[in-house]
Amino acid sequence: MQELEKFRESTRDWLEENCPQSMRTPMVQAEIVWGGRNPEYKNPDSKLWLDRLAERGWTCPAWPVEYGGGGLGKEESIILGQELARINARPALTSFGISMLGPVLLEYGNHEQKLAHIPRIVRGEIRWCQGYSEPGAGSDLASLGTKAELQGDHYLINGSKVWTSYADKADWIFCLVRTDTDVPKHSGISFILFDMASDGISTKPIQLISGSSPFCETYFDDVKVPAGNLVGRLNEGWTIAKRLLQHERTMISGFGLARGQSDRGGTTSTMGSVEDAAMHYRGDKDRLSDAVLRDQIAQFKIDSAAFALTSQRSVEESKQGKGPNATSSMLKNYGCELNKRRYELLLQAIGSQSLGWEGVGFADDELLVTREWLRSKANSIEGGTSEIQLNVIAKRVLGLPDIMHSSKQGKADN
Amino acid sequence: MPLVLSEDQQLLQDSARNFCQQVTPVGELRKLRDKRNEKGFSEDIWQQMVELGWAGMAIPEAFGGFEFGYGGLGVVLEETGRTLVSSPLISTVLLAATAISEIGNDEQKAQLLPAIVAGELLMALALDEKPFHTPHHITTSAIASSDGFVLNGQKTFVLDGHVAGKLIVGARTSGEETSAEGISLFVLDCDAPGVEITRTSMVDSRNAANINFTQVQLGSDALLGELDKGYEGLEQVLDIGRIGLAAEMLGSTQAVFDLILTYLKQREQFGVLIGSFQGLQHRAATMYSEIELCKSVVRAALAALDEPDKSRQEIAELASIAKSKLSEVFFLVSNEGVQMHGGIGMTDEFDIGFYIKRARVAQQFLGDANFHRDRYATLNSF
Repeated sequence: MQELEKFRESTRDWLEENCPQSMRTPMVQAEIVWGGRNPEYKNPDSKLWLDRLAERGWTCPAWPVEYGGGGLGKEESIILGQELARINARPALTSFGISMLGPVLLEYGNHEQKLAHIPRIVRGEIRWCQGYSEPGAGSDLASLGTKAELQGDHYLINGSKVWTSYADKADWIFCLVRTDTDVPKHSGISFILFDMASDGISTKPIQLISGSSPFCETYFDDVKVPAGNLVGRLNEGWTIAKRLLQHERTMISGFGLARGQSDRGGTTSTMGSVEDAAMHYRGDKDRLSDAVLRDQIAQFKIDSAAFALTSQRSVEESKQGKGPNATSSMLKNYGCELNKRRYELLLQAIGSQSLGWEGVGFADDELLVTREWLRSKANSIEGGTSEIQLNVIAKRVLGLPDIMHSSKQGKADN
Repeated sequence: MPLVLSEDQQLLQDSARNFCQQVTPVGELRKLRDKRNEKGFSEDIWQQMVELGWAGMAIPEAFGGFEFGYGGLGVVLEETGRTLVSSPLISTVLLAATAISEIGNDEQKAQLLPAIVAGELLMALALDEKPFHTPHHITTSAIASSDGFVLNGQKTFVLDGHVAGKLIVGARTSGEETSAEGISLFVLDCDAPGVEITRTSMVDSRNAANINFTQVQLGSDALLGELDKGYEGLEQVLDIGRIGLAAEMLGSTQAVFDLILTYLKQREQFGVLIGSFQGLQHRAATMYSEIELCKSVVRAALAALDEPDKSRQEIAELASIAKSKLSEVFFLVSNEGVQMHGGIGMTDEFDIGFYIKRARVAQQFLGDANFHRDRYATLNSF
């Protein structure tokens, strides 16, 4: 216990000295750091903050020192998190490498792969994207058809992906490919990594109803990938794919903690709390005058508090366990639905001022509410729809019998 | 704030679960109901619970208790909730003993608490006057007399009022009838002249009473806490009661959900187990998620009660979060419990009916979900 308190003290001192003042203010969208080969730092302090944290491996505090991580134990990592939160420190790096690929590469990758990729993820030198969904493979992800054929020392990849977040800005991709077409669909999938600068790759941004384009269509036309880039065993990629989804779902569930959508390229609305906005726009002083909205906001806040406690409890319980499991589906589902409720309530809170699209008559934070409200609709679709999460809970957590279905290739298995 | 049980609490949970399942399964409540038991609980079983130390769980050692904290009491309540144990645990231990140890003076504690721990004294809190929980709406009056007070008025929904030896009564000693100012608490004997107690038969087969007070003479030593300023202490006691009740409701809710899962995995229709239907799976998964949230809020609220540095505001918020959430989710799961069991869910022979009946009474007691959402909004200044 004393050791931990000492760690807290030294961490506090180090943060005091090393976290620039401007990094202790709420994150704004333009200053989110994604890293990569061509990193953008709108605020020079962002680079300083990232470099200092990365030097200690503290962008990935629990990862092994061998690969550039911080090597901290579970309890130390929690303390570091608490101390960062205490000074409202911004995340130094937002990265799918950290939240999705890194953990599974550490679990399933070989030594060379870890050595090649993990340190660069820690330092934010490579920006990763996720090649999962395809035009014909959404909720039924395992029916994916992008093909990888072994030709000597390399695979030849052909096909297309969709909803690839920031494919147009990413340096590398972790990708699900079909390596056997003669077996049930789950048994012919492999997990492979490759450079987005390779010949034969093209990307095309998709415009969303919110007006933003965080996702792309991605095309592979005879892309040559070294055979050594395959992670885990050939045709056993589905296990890795599902494990990665658990990490992704844990990340997305954070939206429900009112941390906003910054991990996905949005930001927390600057509107502040829903109830403050509702009262401000109505000119109410002590009590929100719309009784129905008041009740709905109270219910929302109670559910949010209960959800935050549940996330915290799942961290405490996983101290003995092995990180995320099927309960990540519960957190993902609830967190996303909460975030959607939050934006619907914000719309009611500020009335027609929440319905502007652009230009005069609306303040920037009002316009942001409009866009974020629309963006939030994707929360319960990306990373597996809410319906898929409920399937996972029913089968994996509650042990209910398999759903009957008619696919020729085997049983649904998300 | 620990959200997982300590080792000691886990041991307590195991032994409490074992006791409830062996000694007092739901069939016990059915027996009490069918035989129209006069007391509404089994004295024999209650004495066994007393021997296990449950009546002194949160009471300080100085007054004969076991200092196992509200966390310990909550663990026991969750288990008694699973099998719908009818006992004086809520009226006497959770509410009355808490009121005495939180508000009483040393003399009152020394006189009353050891008797409660020993199972020699049952008590009840007489508060509500309307069919709704509005704790500062009190018209029952206690008017100062030459040597104490004279009590007049009526109370309803008094848990265990008909078996209690003593009552704690919330009465108005000054102020308007809805004002939080001017409320005082009194302890009095149930057999005092002018006290008229009528047992009511409630849908959950548990015990409640209506009580009339007509010119009841109280000595000045009957006052519990400060004159006119009883409301603050009362709210604190009610919040502890709400959190304890939420723990009991959590146990009951989980028991219903266990029944549902068992049924989904054994009932066949159209040649398959009905648990394979997505229409039912998603509803089960939704209930599971809500119950997980309930566990977290109950654990957090109980843990907060045992942390000395928690502010009144924090406790009040947690109490309203816990009671509103559990009221909603017990409502949801008990309704789904009947529906998903189909015809058998409607039969008295099957236990689920006991749970839906208990759900509504527990929802109402100490404030329903609407009450607590309103209170939560007020506590958060909107």
